[in-house]
Amino acid sequence: MNLHELQVVAAEANAKANAQKRCVRVCMAASCQSSGAGGVLKGLKSLASSDADHDVCVKGVGCMGLCSAGPLVRVSSADDTPDRLYQHVQEKDAKELFASVDDGPVERLACSTDLPFFTRQKRIVLENSGEIDPEQIDDYIAAGGYEPLVRAVTEMAPYDVLRNVTESGLRGRGGGGYPAGLKWTTVARSPEPDKYVICNADEGDPGAFMDRAVLESDPHRVLEGMALAAYAVGAQYGYIYIRAEYPLAVERLEKAIKQATKRGLLGHHICDTPFSFEVEIRLGAGAFVCGEETALIASIEGQRGQPNPRPPYPADEGLWGCPTLINNVETLANIPAIMREGGEWFRSIGTESSAGTKVFALAGRITHTGLIEVPMGITLREIIEEIGGGIPEGRKFKAVQTGGPSGGCLPEEHLDMPVDYDTLRSAGSIMGSGGMIVMDETSSMVEVARYFMEFCMTESCGKCVPCRAGTAQMYELLDKIATSTGTPADLQLLEQLCEVVQACSLCGLGQTAPNPVLSTLRYFRHEYGEKLRPDPLLQPVAAERNGK
Amino acid sequence: MARHPATPAAAPKVRVVTLKIDGHDIGAREDETILNAANDNGIRIPTLCYLEGLSEWGACRMCVVEVAGSPKLMTACSTRVAEGMEVTTNSDRLQRYRRTILELLFAERNHICSVCVSNGHCELQSLARACGMDHVRVPYRNAAYAVDSSHDLFRIDQNRCILCTRCVRVCDEIEGAHTWDVMGRGVDSQVITDLNQPWGQSTSCTGCSKCVQVCPTGALVKKGTAAGEMEKQGGFLPYLTEMRGNR
Repeated sequence: MNLHELQVVAAEANAKANAQKRCVRVCMAASCQSSGAGGVLKGLKSLASSDADHDVCVKGVGCMGLCSAGPLVRVSSADDTPDRLYQHVQEKDAKELFASVDDGPVERLACSTDLPFFTRQKRIVLENSGEIDPEQIDDYIAAGGYEPLVRAVTEMAPYDVLRNVTESGLRGRGGGGYPAGLKWTTVARSPEPDKYVICNADEGDPGAFMDRAVLESDPHRVLEGMALAAYAVGAQYGYIYIRAEYPLAVERLEKAIKQATKRGLLGHHICDTPFSFEVEIRLGAGAFVCGEETALIASIEGQRGQPNPRPPYPADEGLWGCPTLINNVETLANIPAIMREGGEWFRSIGTESSAGTKVFALAGRITHTGLIEVPMGITLREIIEEIGGGIPEGRKFKAVQTGGPSGGCLPEEHLDMPVDYDTLRSAGSIMGSGGMIVMDETSSMVEVARYFMEFCMTESCGKCVPCRAGTAQMYELLDKIATSTGTPADLQLLEQLCEVVQACSLCGLGQTAPNPVLSTLRYFRHEYGEKLRPDPLLQPVAAERNGK
Repeated sequence: MARHPATPAAAPKVRVVTLKIDGHDIGAREDETILNAANDNGIRIPTLCYLEGLSEWGACRMCVVEVAGSPKLMTACSTRVAEGMEVTTNSDRLQRYRRTILELLFAERNHICSVCVSNGHCELQSLARACGMDHVRVPYRNAAYAVDSSHDLFRIDQNRCILCTRCVRVCDEIEGAHTWDVMGRGVDSQVITDLNQPWGQSTSCTGCSKCVQVCPTGALVKKGTAAGEMEKQGGFLPYLTEMRGNR
């Protein structure tokens, strides 16, 4: 397929869409599906097919964001009235909604699209999410998809792609925030003939579902990002390492790979150029540590999913000893937009040190839970109070947890802090992959720390001593403190263990496992103090005797 | 030291770099690890999972060192030397970390020396002494693990295992049998024979005893040894790898 053919496909798909201006979009991402979106779509589709002269387009689309109000349905009418969004739609509402295309809105189910939740977002990675049918490659092409790839391989040198990404200032969205351009350049500069591109879709943080949503809503975007990366660094093979717990995402990816290969946008001689790129899916078996890049590589190689010391970094010696580029789903999903609009454009969004946008999964004690994409530099307060709609039931905000088990809890006084990699780190948390859990006054911070430590303990691979034995000991100590049987000596020991585990562990899992404890100790130390009991060994024996 | 065989003629040229370890100026080949360079110059860095002749593992974290300019600690066994590198191997902080790691190991499983067949010949024990670990501050976990005596000649006591995986590596890399492997994760990890069958029923085990000889503690022992009687003979390994061309 060349650029002209691609544009013809896009034009045809767009013409079809314009002919069918009246359209009903049903969110078919995992969250809405689990609350019955499948039935709604089926009902609407049968109505559409039985009503031929209506000529209404009914399609399943990706995540619309406001997961707490799902299943969501969006109705576009023929006239120029703005689209209507409906929430909590059930199968029985299908008829009424279908009629609303012509008959006017159904107020009973209406969901306002003027909410800050929608208006305050800036969508790059999620630009097609909720718009296109993720199972139709033509929908993606019609939205301008694959044009950056076709243009790159036919009109640009790999170096130009690389320069664009470097200029964009894009940083790894998986958590570390390593400059993507630098990582790409390292792999591109390597003289080795065989190189690999890996998409890390082993999303495992509790409460985080950004990658799942991207893969379910716009899988072609990730594939295109991978192909562009492969072209830039000179790789011929790619792997998507995705957890088996995301069956819908896996299914859609498989479909997408087939469709793209059929169209000649993946596989041998893409666009009749010498550039070939094949993508294979590898399923993770449920180990959190396999999100760590060296463990992920070991797992793809068929070995036990355990990390290895770095250096050598995968960019030097990765999969099967070859230079390997590993990027997270969201990082790669940014690439098509960067190539389309240019690195300068991307850099103009966000802050000086952290360019672009970030997708967050809002969860916990917050009115609007769901998926949002906001420019970097927005404050936590804006995210929580405006976009998230604040804390429900009139309760008071207590802390927000970012970065999952590697991150930390930030209190009220840090809410006006801009969200970017460096500021979050200086406050004792991390950007992480984008999980954001909001807690109100009823949450006990000791229990939050215990929860995350238990997570790290059970997810530790067991290779290095500090993480294997240290997280288990820290969990026991936290459990003692949480159940009010801990002593000041226990707390002191806990802090000492935090230091050793952080400094000595082999991989990121262990190195960051103490973060939830350290950050809650930094901001909520009094909660630990309240739960401590005096050390029995330090009590004067006389007091006990006098009591008798 | 006969550690490095003469480089074959066809091999690419390896440069020699100079670095500072604990203030001493040292020359080393650029493909050497910090640990090798230190050892060759009489600077002792404590190790536990590392064993000359086996692949690097980097798991026990005893050999962590500070490298100037790097915010993170590096394991000396797996980090290559570089020109101008400044390494500190024995700061107060590192000593404290090493003691804590040893405490974590001692508390993780049963390491009661007085009743152990390896008492007096145990690497964990001598390391604790060398690092000045004289008491354990963390609570003992006291979990009971299995003892497998089904093999005719040897026994594995999981309670003494520190999961250094020397047995796994020597069986795979030197004997070529790959009888040993690790199952489970986190604190529940265990070394197993074949697919977790009793050692005596293992069809892949050749009974070569290499695993027993390289085991640093009393986890893998010869049968018929009483407390303090199990002395390991690990000297074969450097010889063997040397004779095989440092494979």
